[in-house]
Amino acid sequence: MTEPLLQVAGLTKRFGGVVAADAIALDITAGECHAVIGPNGAGKTTLVGLLAGEIAPQGGSIRFDGRDITALAVHNRSQLGVARSFQTTSLFAEFTALDNVALAVQAHAGHSFRFWTSARAEAALREPALQALEDVGLAARAEARVDKLSHGEQRQLEIAVALATKPRLLLLDEPMAGLGADESARMVALLRRFKGAITMLLIEHDMATVFALADRITVLVYGRVIAGGDPASVRADAAVREAYLGEHDARHD
Amino acid sequence: MKAARKVLGVPLPACWLAPRTALPAAVLVVLGLVPVYAAATGDPFALTLFGRIEILAMAALSLNLIMGYGGMASFGHAAYLGIGGYAVGILWKEGIGSGFVQWPVAIAVSALFALVVGALSLRTRGVYFIMITLAFAQMVYYVAQGLDRYGGDDGMTIGSRSSFAGLVNLNNAAQLYYLCFALLLASLFLVSRLVNSRFGLVIEGTRSNERRMRAIGVSPFRYKLVCFVIAGALCGLAGALLANHTNFISPAMMYWTRSGDLMVMVILGGLGSLFGPVLGTVTYLLLEEALSRVTEYPGLFIGPALLLVAIFMHGGIEGLFGARRRD
Amino acid sequence: MLYFIEQCLNGVQLGMLLFLLAAGLTLIFGIMDLVNLAHGSLYMLGAYFAATFAAFTDSFVLGALLALVATAICGMVLEVIAIRPLYGRPHLDHVLGTFGLLLFFNELVRLVWGPAGMTLSLPSAMLTAVQIIPGLYYPLYRLVIILVALAVAALLYVVVMRTRLGMLIRAGASNREMVGALGVNIKLLYTLVFGLGATLAGFAGLMQAPILTVQIGMGENILILAFVVIIIGGIGSIRGAFVAAVIVGLIDTLGRAFLPDVLHSVLSVNAAMTLAPAISSMSIYMLMAAVLVVRPEGLFPAASR
Repeated sequence: MTEPLLQVAGLTKRFGGVVAADAIALDITAGECHAVIGPNGAGKTTLVGLLAGEIAPQGGSIRFDGRDITALAVHNRSQLGVARSFQTTSLFAEFTALDNVALAVQAHAGHSFRFWTSARAEAALREPALQALEDVGLAARAEARVDKLSHGEQRQLEIAVALATKPRLLLLDEPMAGLGADESARMVALLRRFKGAITMLLIEHDMATVFALADRITVLVYGRVIAGGDPASVRADAAVREAYLGEHDARHD
Repeated sequence: MKAARKVLGVPLPACWLAPRTALPAAVLVVLGLVPVYAAATGDPFALTLFGRIEILAMAALSLNLIMGYGGMASFGHAAYLGIGGYAVGILWKEGIGSGFVQWPVAIAVSALFALVVGALSLRTRGVYFIMITLAFAQMVYYVAQGLDRYGGDDGMTIGSRSSFAGLVNLNNAAQLYYLCFALLLASLFLVSRLVNSRFGLVIEGTRSNERRMRAIGVSPFRYKLVCFVIAGALCGLAGALLANHTNFISPAMMYWTRSGDLMVMVILGGLGSLFGPVLGTVTYLLLEEALSRVTEYPGLFIGPALLLVAIFMHGGIEGLFGARRRD
Repeated sequence: MLYFIEQCLNGVQLGMLLFLLAAGLTLIFGIMDLVNLAHGSLYMLGAYFAATFAAFTDSFVLGALLALVATAICGMVLEVIAIRPLYGRPHLDHVLGTFGLLLFFNELVRLVWGPAGMTLSLPSAMLTAVQIIPGLYYPLYRLVIILVALAVAALLYVVVMRTRLGMLIRAGASNREMVGALGVNIKLLYTLVFGLGATLAGFAGLMQAPILTVQIGMGENILILAFVVIIIGGIGSIRGAFVAAVIVGLIDTLGRAFLPDVLHSVLSVNAAMTLAPAISSMSIYMLMAAVLVVRPEGLFPAASR
């Protein structure tokens, strides 16, 4: 078997007395869609922050494509091919949808110390950006400002921006957050199209989504991995049922 | 006089062709015709007033580049006016009267100062950034106060304007005015290119959402720093012009309330809009001038006016024309 | 050595005045999130009121008390009319609006009191110097400033740490919405805090008035010093403001007093005389820059910001 694309070992992060990540170990094989589930406060978003490089761990290591990236800054990881979407939509609100994506393309097309020619007229930036918008079904809204987009469209744009950086690993932090049933279904369909082509780590509350998309699942409770494996075995796992699935029925976001 | 028409005839960048171009165009035409008016009426004061407006508009333009587009609210921008002015004054005092030396030095020293200030200040955020830039400007202010050879606290009269042998004669009021005008137009053109370039998009994007900017793979610090340096250099050039315009330099030109004036001009005109700083400068200085003619206490009216603008006019004057892009 | 102690006392005295100014500024900043460039105007008003009332009543103490009341009223009226609409707006709008207020007050003072400036004379009992240690006579009034300001600082500490108002202030500084949700009249709280800040600023102004002349723009320089103090101390922190005010006061005063001699030992007289004032004026800004580079949130960052 080839080396996993992402290897996480002993990853630990404490905030004061709260252990948000407790020696997390996680392997993600190239091409798979790996879901991380867990109740509120399990440390899922912290895990994304650690993997993206926004949060510095107190222990453990992260290897990406055979290279230790534990100490690498956010933008360096992005350049290596680690992209993310944010749980709470985080875009350039005053820019158009197309500008948002084009800026992501630009970020991966060499340095931006180009002062004179209009970046909005550069086909090399606009065309891939339009393509990414088309991929997520937002081409018709290319010229709309982000703050004029609906919530669902903004979530789609989050994906388009991440895709525009040509990621090898896509960290999706609750891509369905706040979406209605129709929009969720569209998002699932969208993600399914990239399955296999892009390695994904998916944080998600909605079990239907998780079981629809994930090849493997890791269950996180209080910062610790309590179970992992293919969807069927996770579904059957007694500890998971007790710690998570039982509770999940009681609460919906 | 014809030269100005030609300058106005320079093809304007595409973003100027929006419906809202009427006001900026009118303002520029009026600015271009001021020497005609001055010659016709024999009143040189208009040249002095509007020349000053153009120079400060350049300074406001440079402040808008960092504050409006880049979200870097510098409260020490008058320092660059001072540095540019002192570069001209000090070189003159030391016997170097050539503008070909004075002005590049003014720009270079301002840029260098901006590099140091930016490198240290850009680590801080928000109000802390406002205050640390203010602190650096105050330092320059006190240095200038200590420069006894160059007038110390009282300032120094510059005996002769920068000489650009064979090119322009700054002792001719109209030529000096048109140089200011041309440089203002050039600055507008420069900023309009800059903010639409790859560099400009990174700058604006960083102001909008720095976290997202990092996530897509850009470390903003170097870009912000370069932007800060460009703005400092441009304002340094305005300072060199100002010293030539008034034939005088003094620490007072970089006192913190001067920086406040520049901020007011930019916010009044509209943050992050290309022409806003020019509108803001014209409005602020003309208002000041008009009020000081009818009342002994212009501040009684300007003060509350600024407060009302702050309370009611989101987006400044440009905001009135639908150019509002941000709060 | 005696000279050094005297200069230290002068430094502490300046620090105390800065603290009075900075305490209000940092409260207003920390609680209302308001950048108030007009704070120095209240300092100026306090001095003008005191000079006027003292001349009118022929009593320094009575004049000072009346001035405090007048400044407090001015502050609260100002808050209701002009400041309240600025809450929650971008900081740059605060800069624009309160810069306008600063211009307004400078002009208003010129209109009411004329451009010449005023003097506030001390009662003759205050004009003596007391021997605090053998051989060192120190002006009584400066001692009084230090002691009174210390008393105010202690009072402020008790108010903020021990009373219901103080509890609300502390809660407001860390969580605005929560205080509002508790059903507290937040508008009234803000007006009171602003009035308190105004009173402290006016107090600083009138205390300083007999030492310097009362003049237009007197609040501008010291306002910037007060900003430096709250930035070094950490926005919203009274304790930070106190520590930073003393540090800034000492550095500024000792720099002016001793830097010429220190520089003289390595430079020519002329160079030392030229450089020393510039360097000592710059020193506190250098300190602030250094603090911000090392600790971007100041020495005592308030809990949540």
